[in-house]
Amino acid sequence: MSDSGYGMNWLTDYVRPKLNSLFSRRDMPENLWRKCDNCGQMIFHRELSEALHVCSNCNHHMQISPRERFNALFDGGAWIETPLADAPADPLKFRDQKRYPDRIREARANTGEHEAMLVARGEISGLTTVAACQNFAFLAGSMGMAVGDALLAAADAAVAAKAPLVVFCAAGGARMQEGILSLMQMPRTTIAAQTVAEAGLPFVTVLTNPTTGGVTASYAMLGDVQIAEPGALICFAGPRVIEQTIGEKLPEGFQRSEYLHEHGMLDRVTHRHAMRDELAVILRMLMRAPRRITGDLPAPEAQAADAARAG
Amino acid sequence: MRHYLDFEKGLAELEGKAAELRALAARNPAMDVRDEAAQLDAKSRKMLGELYATLDPWAKCQIARHPDRPRALDMIEALFDEFTPLAGDRAFAEDAAVVGGLARFQDRPVVVLGHEKGRDTRSRLTRNFGMARPEGYRKAVRLMRLADKFGLAVITLIDTPGAYPGKGAEERGQAEAIARATEACLALGQPLVSVVIGEGGSGGAVAFATANRVAMLEHAVYSVISPEGCASILWKDADKMREAAAALRLTAQDLMKLGVIDRIVPEPLGGAQRAPLEAIAETGRAVAAMLADLDGKDAAALRADRRRKYLEMGRKTLG
Repeated sequence: MSDSGYGMNWLTDYVRPKLNSLFSRRDMPENLWRKCDNCGQMIFHRELSEALHVCSNCNHHMQISPRERFNALFDGGAWIETPLADAPADPLKFRDQKRYPDRIREARANTGEHEAMLVARGEISGLTTVAACQNFAFLAGSMGMAVGDALLAAADAAVAAKAPLVVFCAAGGARMQEGILSLMQMPRTTIAAQTVAEAGLPFVTVLTNPTTGGVTASYAMLGDVQIAEPGALICFAGPRVIEQTIGEKLPEGFQRSEYLHEHGMLDRVTHRHAMRDELAVILRMLMRAPRRITGDLPAPEAQAADAARAG
Repeated sequence: MRHYLDFEKGLAELEGKAAELRALAARNPAMDVRDEAAQLDAKSRKMLGELYATLDPWAKCQIARHPDRPRALDMIEALFDEFTPLAGDRAFAEDAAVVGGLARFQDRPVVVLGHEKGRDTRSRLTRNFGMARPEGYRKAVRLMRLADKFGLAVITLIDTPGAYPGKGAEERGQAEAIARATEACLALGQPLVSVVIGEGGSGGAVAFATANRVAMLEHAVYSVISPEGCASILWKDADKMREAAAALRLTAQDLMKLGVIDRIVPEPLGGAQRAPLEAIAETGRAVAAMLADLDGKDAAALRADRRRKYLEMGRKTLG
């Protein structure tokens, strides 16, 4: 090693790693910047979460976690998580290229969540509401025993609180690693929808990108009102399966929210930023609650003064 | 011509030899081959017994899809009287992949519904290989409501690779149609019994099989996804269907242990395809027994029974 090389080593070994850790192309998008899956725009992470993960450039609706969804949905970002019992772990002792328990462990480590659906209770515009939300980041939101149990718990919570149930769907379909038991979640989640219906309470489904397979073919399509976020893939059989089966090119926008809306499968396609207000309006009407109060309430002193004058 | 499956190759050779021998003898009346032929028969029977005693799940999938297995219409023809097919969803079309109508089962008027795969190339095309479109599920819902209105039990025969994955089917709401059929099964105030007679393919099957009692033929399969589909997703290799078939636990024997089905209908030696009439008769006995189980339950009790069954499902595991 030459003397002249000393400076270089100092630079490469000390300065560069530090610079790399701050500016390396690998870390940047993951930590501080996110790339829009649709248009490639780089968006600062804080800006993205303030925009509820909607791209400011192309309006693409990206995945959003259930906790962020609940924060945006409920008044003041205040909600109580409904505790969920553990579902049987690995009922089939399933193993593909990985063991199913290892996949679960990874998903838990990556998301910090226990399973693919969260249930919460809170108020939307003053109306007590139960919401369930699928987490696409957890094994593609796939429906296994735990998701079925979560939706059944959500239905019971809604009935107990005499509150509507809103379900945000996002799933690659059934959880294959639970085999037939994942298929059996189709009737089980249908029972959840029926439980809410029998109590005369609204069951509203919000279909987000993507909602597919057994999830679409059960609770997602059993809503009293069905709303989708723009551009979401919503289907039973995915486009690749159809192309392979019928060898036919599919039209532009096939199986996207707008296409389903046009074909009569959805009531509305609603931007994520407008979702909360829209749900508030719909739920209050279905619950026969008075119109929500907009603007400021009159100050209590003024009310008291009015009352005194009247008296 | 008998269809042999790949694991029956040795058997095909033996049975072929016996047939050849008999054909030869038929042409030469002087030749007596009875002993030799009988020996070959005994040998092939023994091989058949051994083969079918040790079937792996992938072999079961092949048997479940065997072209000579009794189809829904074969079962309906043999087990029911006065079968009167009723057609159409009253909205768009009649779906020939789903057969259904009024019929008498042991004199009792019922509604019978099933997936029909077809028997030859032409009827298979007409029946779309038993893959229903939304209209098929909507017809089923209509017939279940008819049954409810007139107090008729519903019997469903499941045999489908799955709901049809097509452009039109998606546009007309395949997912919604399946969801509503499952819902109609759960809402039915009459006894509902199902038999998976061949392939129980995913959502397309459960839409008809959310029943009070579910039976499966001994070599039928029932799964959330085909082994090929599962292999291509989880193994990234569709040729790993053997591994996928084993992992999915889709056999009647495993589903019985999991509490997903209530009864296994025994098949004749070598599978239902070798002696369809025997398999059909056994299916009839199973249907009668399952209906008898539900005798005397009123509408509320039947709905509650069905609901309980599905709510409790998953408490039994293969651990």
